[in-house]
Amino acid sequence: MLTEPPGPQHEWLDDAAGPVVRPYTLTGGRVRSAADGFDLVAFVLAGPEVDAADPRLSPEHRRLVDLAHRPVPVAELAAELDLAVGVIRVLLGDLLARGLVAVHEPPAAAPLPDDDILKAVVSGLRAL
Amino acid sequence: MDSVRYDRTGSGTRIPLALKILIAGGFGAGKTTLVSALSEVRPLQTEEILTGAGVDTDDISGVEGKSTTTVAMDFGRITINDDLQVYLFGTPGQDRFWFLWDELAFGALGAVVLADTRRLADCFPSIDYFEQRGIPFVVGVNCFDGARRFDLESVRRALDLDPDVPLVLCDARDRQSGKLVLISLVEHVARQRGEPVPAA
Repeated sequence: MLTEPPGPQHEWLDDAAGPVVRPYTLTGGRVRSAADGFDLVAFVLAGPEVDAADPRLSPEHRRLVDLAHRPVPVAELAAELDLAVGVIRVLLGDLLARGLVAVHEPPAAAPLPDDDILKAVVSGLRAL
Repeated sequence: MDSVRYDRTGSGTRIPLALKILIAGGFGAGKTTLVSALSEVRPLQTEEILTGAGVDTDDISGVEGKSTTTVAMDFGRITINDDLQVYLFGTPGQDRFWFLWDELAFGALGAVVLADTRRLADCFPSIDYFEQRGIPFVVGVNCFDGARRFDLESVRRALDLDPDVPLVLCDARDRQSGKLVLISLVEHVARQRGEPVPAA
């Protein structure tokens, strides 16, 4: 038990102590996204007319919309917001349900890309 | 499928194709190092939270007392061109996170299994995982400082690798070296094309 009330500066509040806010607080306790999918490399793109300043959006929603003005994969959104992928999926589900973003899932039905793509990857890697 | 990927969206923005490559291997085998060496951006981390909820419930009320674990996954990006990006994902190193592997492996182009010759057995679970699911992989033998050079054939025998699985020496800290490992993987994937996909 703490003998003193927590003040603004705590040496024990460091990275190792973990997040101060429980992660799913941001989603109102929801751990399931309203929509399935959101592969780690699915690209999210905000609609051209979407205004990130929409007051109905939470700050996290707004940051997602902001970042998604160019196509950005789910994993990068999670890294940028420093939130767990599960939390990001719930938030993206909200945005998707409101029609604010489009999600482009990677092609799941084709496990192996065609030869042209593989050749492009090899020559791109060689050029690194 | 590809036509969908390359369609222009309403805003005229092209959506790139992202290929996923997994970097696997035992704890301390150099996964994070390899991702860092190859990524064009500072390696990013994404996290997944494990909790008792999420499996079959819709909220976490009542499980506040349960311990949660955060699993960090390193990832990096290599842009091949405007339409094509390669994402490298380091797999969580502990067996109890297998279920996260399934998500990472879904739709993956293939995998690099890093082997540390001082603890060769640590990469057995990774090799088993990719073999069982028919996911193409190569094994990179990470040559640590001070570790003696190994005869690749004896490593191949020790790992009981199929003869067609590429086995290469590498230095996970070195971009050029890591690049060659990725190239050997993509070439391995290309060789497997046209052959029947093994049953998962």
